[in-house]
Amino acid sequence: MNLRFGKSMPWLGVVLVAVVLLAVPFVAALGGQAWVRIANFAILYIFLALGLNIVVGYAGLLDLGYVAFYAVGAYTYALLASPHFGIHLPFWMILPIGAALACFFGVILGAPTLKLRGDYLAIVTLGFGEIIRIFMNNLNAPINVTNGAQGITLIDPIRFGDFSFAQTGHLFGFTISGPQKYYFLLVALAIVVIVINIRLQDSRVGRAWQAIREDEVAAKACGINTRNVKLLAFAMGASFGGIAGGVFAAMQGFVSPESFSLMESITILAMVVLGGMGHIPGVILGAVLLTALPEALRYGIEPLQRMIFGRMFLDPESLRMLVFGLALVLVMRFRPAGLWPSSQRRRELAEPAD
Amino acid sequence: MSDPNVLLEAHAVAKHFGGVKALHDVSLTIRRGDIYGLIGPNGAGKTTFFNCLTGLYRNESGHFVFDGARLAADAPHKAAAVGIARTFQNIRLFGNMTAIENVMVGRHLRTRANVFGAIFRNRATRNEEAAILRRAEELLHYVGIHERAHDYAKHLSYGDQRRLEIARALATEPKLLALDEPAAGMNGTETEALRLLVEGISRDGVTVLLIEHDVKLVMGLCTRVAVLDYGEKICEDVPAMVQRDPRVIEAYLGGSVA
Repeated sequence: MNLRFGKSMPWLGVVLVAVVLLAVPFVAALGGQAWVRIANFAILYIFLALGLNIVVGYAGLLDLGYVAFYAVGAYTYALLASPHFGIHLPFWMILPIGAALACFFGVILGAPTLKLRGDYLAIVTLGFGEIIRIFMNNLNAPINVTNGAQGITLIDPIRFGDFSFAQTGHLFGFTISGPQKYYFLLVALAIVVIVINIRLQDSRVGRAWQAIREDEVAAKACGINTRNVKLLAFAMGASFGGIAGGVFAAMQGFVSPESFSLMESITILAMVVLGGMGHIPGVILGAVLLTALPEALRYGIEPLQRMIFGRMFLDPESLRMLVFGLALVLVMRFRPAGLWPSSQRRRELAEPAD
Repeated sequence: MSDPNVLLEAHAVAKHFGGVKALHDVSLTIRRGDIYGLIGPNGAGKTTFFNCLTGLYRNESGHFVFDGARLAADAPHKAAAVGIARTFQNIRLFGNMTAIENVMVGRHLRTRANVFGAIFRNRATRNEEAAILRRAEELLHYVGIHERAHDYAKHLSYGDQRRLEIARALATEPKLLALDEPAAGMNGTETEALRLLVEGISRDGVTVLLIEHDVKLVMGLCTRVAVLDYGEKICEDVPAMVQRDPRVIEAYLGGSVA
């Protein structure tokens, strides 16, 4: 792990992180369950951002339609575990199906487009993201598959036998609410994706991705089948998106095309770029900041405005975009490699290749 | 049909860029164990020939026979897979990776670990990874830059970058090592060291194809030499004969000295 908490006592760091992670949902609950949900979303975004990090950070492929895979995962879960079709499969069956389907779409999209570079790839992926959203919006006729803009409701929560994640339960004398249960599930998933990210970075495949990012022609001359290796990055990123989508659908109990707008793709990308592309702690920081910031605005700005001006005249939603944009501009200006970049990325941007 | 001593045959390879004939029906034969020099004035088509051979360009007509089989190199990684490794005229290293990582990338072709191996780090993957590292270290030793193993490629000196590129190419276990102007920009000492390195590589059983401007180096090092001029092969022989060929003297020295 790249997080260093003093080399002499590595276990202290791990214990510290574990204690903080355990405490978060209970501390957040003091401010109401809404804060636990915000923490959940922060971790879901960590998961998504680290999935995208494989594509953008490691392989250097700019994907602006990542949310499409998230949508595929979410709708897969929604359709296979809701009264909409009357199908109620267990989550451990649906999540892999969602991941596989997202992966399939990743390959379908990637195979023809990965010859494109940089800007062109970005445009095609952006288009794909929108196509999926519009499909979800309009696939209610002639056969009602996605229920159109109304979305799908009453989606089953994740459940192990009698243990449902939606209800408040008791464990070891503690009362644990639904969102708190999801929190621990999400933390477990996030740890898995972090480990996968770390291990990929330091592997034959990870080196090949890095080589392609550095110099594609030289990578080819070294015998790397660049198309397949890029496709692999795309497919992996897509699968993570699919899993995240499934968990999202279960957690919310509701999905609609609105959740999968272009803005969402850009937010996830901003998390990766803002935090520090290709650097796991940086990406985590980016995801947490960009989830927490808008919420803090929502809860902070309203009372602040009422206190100073006596009334509301800027709604937090539009202010959010303003702050977002400003933050990105400032980071690009003063820390172009991200808030917490890997040493390598810092080098790349400090000394432009000749 | 084919002579087992022949490693590479080019049969009437032609490549055009628009109206410009960069290569005009070039045929040549490289035997196993050769250090084969390809020389010619600037723009004669040497690098174009390299790029056709290694699958970076597609030749319009003609074909290559490599190691007894027709080369279907329509992609560079396929050329590398059959055993043709190359370096580039303008060095192309992975600048922000360390020297040893650069060589480890070169092992990609001859190793197998996939994503699942990377994630689960099973015994086979760990063993393979250790072998990759060991081989990369050996190769850095071989080219003589092992003490720079953990420096970033872009921080190496020019001569060391050339050596690193050769080490990376050797990591793919080539039968034919194609060097595109390896001595360009080197001083006398560096060139001499390079000569020794190439001789060593040849002794260790790798056939070498060398594009070079340094005529002295080519004549001292190569076992056979072909001369290109305006995309045509004008001569192919042992160095001593090539040096005396009037067409070569004319092409190379502009005819004014002959």
